[in-house]
Amino acid sequence: MQRQIATTCPYCGVGCGIRVQRSFDGTVEVAGDPAHPANRGRLCSKGTALAETLGLAGRLLHPLWRGERVTWDRALDLAADGIARTIAEHGPDSVAFYVSGQLLTEDYYVANKLCKGFLGTGNIDTNSRLCMASSVAGHRRAFGADTVPTSYDDLDDAELVVLVGSNAAWCHPVLFDRILRARTARPDRRLVVIDPRRTRSSDAADLHLALRSGSDAVLFAALLAYLADAGCTDEAFLSQHTSGAAEALAAARTAAPSVESVAERCGLATEEVRRFFDWFARSERVVTLYSQGINQSTSGTDKVNAIINCHLLTGRIGKPGAGPLSLTGQPNAMGGREVGGLANQLAAHLEIDNPAHRDLARRFWRAPAVAEHAGLKAVEMFDAVAEGRIRALWIMSTNPVVSMPEADRVRAALERCPLVIVSDCMRDTDTARLAHLLLPALAWGEKDGTVTNSERRISRQRAFLEPPGEARADWQIVAAVAQRLGFADAFAFRSAADVFREHALLSAFENGGSRDFDIGALAALDDARYDALQPVQWPAPPERPEGTKRLFGDGRFFTPDGRARFVAVTPRPPQHRLSAAFPVLLNTGRLRDHWHTMTRSGRSPSLAAHEPEPFVAVNPADTEIADGALARLVSPHGEAVLRLRHSAEQPRGTAFAPMHWGTTHASRARIGAVVNAAVDPISGQPELKHTPVRLEPLRTRWQAFLASRRRLGATALDGLDWAMAVTPYGFRYELAGSERPEAWEDWARRLFPAARRATRWLAYEDAGTGSYRYARLIDDQLDACLFIARERPAVARDWLIGLFAEPSVRALHLRLLAGEPAPGSPEGGKLVCVCCSVGERAIEAAIRDHSLDSVEAITQATSAGSNCGSCRPELALLLRRAREPATSA
Amino acid sequence: MRRKLVVVGNGMAGMRTVEEVLRIAPDLYDITIFGAEPYGNYNRILLSPLLAGELRIDDILLHDEEWYRAKGITFYKGKPVAAIDRRRREVVAADGTVARYDRLLLATGSLPYMLPIPGADLPGVIGFRDVADVNRMLASSRHHEYAVVIGGGLLGLEAANGLRKRGMKVTLVHLMPTLMEQQLDGDAGRLLRGSLELRGLDFIMPAETVEILGNDRVSDVRLKDGREIPADLVVMTVGIRPNVALARAAGLHCRRGIVVDSTMLTYDPAIYAVGECAESHGRTYGLVAPLYEQAKVCANHLVGWGCARYPGSLAAAKLKVTGIELFSAGNVSGGAGAESIVLHDRSSGVYKKLFLRNNRIDGAVLYGDTADGPWYVRLMRERTDISSIRHAVMFGQAQIEERGSRAAA
Repeated sequence: MQRQIATTCPYCGVGCGIRVQRSFDGTVEVAGDPAHPANRGRLCSKGTALAETLGLAGRLLHPLWRGERVTWDRALDLAADGIARTIAEHGPDSVAFYVSGQLLTEDYYVANKLCKGFLGTGNIDTNSRLCMASSVAGHRRAFGADTVPTSYDDLDDAELVVLVGSNAAWCHPVLFDRILRARTARPDRRLVVIDPRRTRSSDAADLHLALRSGSDAVLFAALLAYLADAGCTDEAFLSQHTSGAAEALAAARTAAPSVESVAERCGLATEEVRRFFDWFARSERVVTLYSQGINQSTSGTDKVNAIINCHLLTGRIGKPGAGPLSLTGQPNAMGGREVGGLANQLAAHLEIDNPAHRDLARRFWRAPAVAEHAGLKAVEMFDAVAEGRIRALWIMSTNPVVSMPEADRVRAALERCPLVIVSDCMRDTDTARLAHLLLPALAWGEKDGTVTNSERRISRQRAFLEPPGEARADWQIVAAVAQRLGFADAFAFRSAADVFREHALLSAFENGGSRDFDIGALAALDDARYDALQPVQWPAPPERPEGTKRLFGDGRFFTPDGRARFVAVTPRPPQHRLSAAFPVLLNTGRLRDHWHTMTRSGRSPSLAAHEPEPFVAVNPADTEIADGALARLVSPHGEAVLRLRHSAEQPRGTAFAPMHWGTTHASRARIGAVVNAAVDPISGQPELKHTPVRLEPLRTRWQAFLASRRRLGATALDGLDWAMAVTPYGFRYELAGSERPEAWEDWARRLFPAARRATRWLAYEDAGTGSYRYARLIDDQLDACLFIARERPAVARDWLIGLFAEPSVRALHLRLLAGEPAPGSPEGGKLVCVCCSVGERAIEAAIRDHSLDSVEAITQATSAGSNCGSCRPELALLLRRAREPATSA
Repeated sequence: MRRKLVVVGNGMAGMRTVEEVLRIAPDLYDITIFGAEPYGNYNRILLSPLLAGELRIDDILLHDEEWYRAKGITFYKGKPVAAIDRRRREVVAADGTVARYDRLLLATGSLPYMLPIPGADLPGVIGFRDVADVNRMLASSRHHEYAVVIGGGLLGLEAANGLRKRGMKVTLVHLMPTLMEQQLDGDAGRLLRGSLELRGLDFIMPAETVEILGNDRVSDVRLKDGREIPADLVVMTVGIRPNVALARAAGLHCRRGIVVDSTMLTYDPAIYAVGECAESHGRTYGLVAPLYEQAKVCANHLVGWGCARYPGSLAAAKLKVTGIELFSAGNVSGGAGAESIVLHDRSSGVYKKLFLRNNRIDGAVLYGDTADGPWYVRLMRERTDISSIRHAVMFGQAQIEERGSRAAA
């Protein structure tokens, strides 16, 4: 007996459809949904590994008040009383909600309604502030509304795709794959990647502009001027449908007097700039995709508009294959924007500073206390918490102690906040540790509702698992608190469908085409039709239930005069400059196989294998510290301890560190603590990609690799630097210490998790080189092993982890302490293909032994890349390395 | 006319030399061999399995009498040599047999060192050197119950194990706190003791034997602390001394052994010495591998090639107690400047230790798994700098050498 459920992936904003097959025995299989327009059956490595993340280990299953289990009744009373008392004593703005793009639209809607309609505060902001806010602001300035004009289908039609500030190969793999396949079908199409870093995305590009960090606006100003000079202006469109072109062009010419000067300011060769401009000029159908490299900047909004300006000038918007397309990072960042989850929005694309809109919301909600002004944006919000202006904070489905900039300040703020409520599905996160009240929320697979992807497509996320423990849907939790606060009628929702209908009704309420967001056609869905809802792109007004693929084809925008607005952009450098004390520029971002703060992806052994340890990549010419050593990454705001990686892909003077690690997976890898919190003055989005830092060697006396079937005890790691990752058979750790224990063997025995059965103990000690290795066996099976050395132990980690699968290691016995497989064996190397478990060494061997000359040939020979394809860019890199051995270093 | 080679001593070192000579130059010499024992050359190393009943005398014979005949060797068995007349170049046997030589090879071996304590001359107190000793032990085991072995070295442990297997109740008295302290470090010594105790041996150590009691035959052994241990048989295995009486009487320069140069030549240019009786570079050897190396050098000179040198040997020992794998080589006493690498799984009785000096292997103790012993000896002998393989050397040749061949491929 099996049942199949169609749902949506909970990771990035591509919004892939997923088919979940749940077998009678409870096993769950996940596959791409061929019928879903966002992915047409494809999934990336993260989506493919979703089933591995479903277990109940580590879940929050009961409400907890100050660590003690309480009933829901009590928990909800505590939340409601706390909020009511805080408002009574300190006013509505002393309460804030910090929510998340992980929430479903229905959850989001209810939370936003409570804040902005009933508590009377605008203080609800979302973690989308960290990734999307500049796009939202740019859209609103140019289009009069937060409208994404384009569709993924436009990527199929585009002659030129420009990818700016995005490593889509890793962060939006399915979409990136779609771009590459469109190019394979029509080789005259081109991909330009604009990114300071060399990435797997830039590897696939026809042209990579590795511009100086922060110089994007200069480049696009120059492009605007170039397009005007090259006769690309769509004069008719300009005169009938836009305003402000002359001012924008003048500003662009001032900012970018010549291609040569621009190339120099961007750190590029004039010819490559010219080539890009020429390609852009000659491509009628061009889509400019952009992501955090544009948004996460103190001039992010201007950068967005600098891009949009180019599309407006040429009239390349609202047409097949043309337009700007912002890639969202979260599964429901767009849904959050739709309900008004940003502090400076009201609801349903109503504006909080527009009295008519406030009045409309008041009447629709019958709301007693509509917020009169915009609330605090994320960075300001935590500042207000720190200063005691916000005294009750409810955090839902997000982990700001890891993800916020200047995260140590965020932690300190939470530590002194009188009431911190956290709803989450995980028991232990950096943020949950600071909560007074923990409320168990449903997780992906359990919750039911809708999400919206980067192309405005609303899809159902459906439940296929029963709610575990006492966990509840977020909308239910918020509604229950609202009812206790005296708003029973307004929050008497019985189902997610109920919430969705109200949300849809509001979007259509007195709309009549005046606001872009209108899903009135969905307002009358009964429960069954809601449940069966097929993916649909908004707007879907009552007269157009099939939705809308593309906007602005009619040249009508949502500004008061209906014209799109050019924005005159004067490029500004990033807020913080490099200095002698902080001479290196830190960039942050995602890895291929992790997502956000790893509360979900960190549970998957397959995903953890790609990068099991937090690191900072730096150009070898910029550091004296050895490759593979531990380094302190220091900024004026805080510091992190990371494995240093020499990378020629890193431009001189810059470093890159992934954003994912919190203190649940490593001791001091929280990059948010290092990153500065300067924000864009319009969008409030922090400049997460530009922090001056310095690197210092971390002095350690020893380092170690440990693998164990069970997790180490809570206090085992006290005083050490460590990073932990899950494996298919337990856990792996990298350890480092500044003090040596008196007797290593005794120390190792204490470090290993207590064994309840008879064990065998293997030991290797070479005091002269500081090399100590221990392993514990139970019934001939490997139970735990530890390799200690003065520097990072050079052992074949993947091979050792694989030994845990063996029913007996008797044949190997003491040789397992050698830490590497018998010579000549193809095992080991970094795991490249997560789906098929193929390592670097096996791929290199196959390329060498069979003289393979294409990625397809590698896939045929090794099966690497045959499933999700996320690793194909890396296969291409290995292939290139094999061909040019001299430059492989 | 062929030259005359006379060999005194029908043991392993002398006979290996003869074999080498015959291999290189079968017609160079008329060979005459005197042996004190009434057998052909046998493998003395295998006396322990003989005692333990795992082998019979025929199994350990290296050369039967037919072999001597076939090679045209004049073989006097059971005929000890009484004197050497170097001026006349003759040896004289105890029974008056005289043999002239052009070259004389002394391979008189060693004698067990008997403690000079009261009662050491009582019947039932023996050493462990030859087939006769084995026969005495076997006879005792048939009629008596208690045996005491004095000395916890290689030979003593093998004797004790053999007697235990022959049904006697065996107590081993050892002067030092750990067994085989010349070859093992304390950890390996303790493991060895544990596994021998499991086989039914009793150990009293450290303990010094001060007297052997008895009237017409040994009855007890008295220790310095006053304890008396019943003993129907006492086997002294506290050491050996080179058998140099004949050489010394002939006026050859001897210290502990017969002093030879690096060609195995004594101070008399017509007389060579090999084996346990010879002292080379100030050292004497009691293990078989060095003796074979000496034999090869000696033969090289006996046949007139004159191009080999004996630089001294690395001592490597293997315990011949069935079921106990034990290998030791080189210097295992540590000391200043010494480092060590150790690898063990005590629960399954495997313990390995390498002693290093200046990144070269200086000694090795392998317990429970001795497969890589010869490889370590090779690294020691060749003074190989192991810096580049140090992380893996403990895991054996297979962990390293295939890698080398792969890198070369």
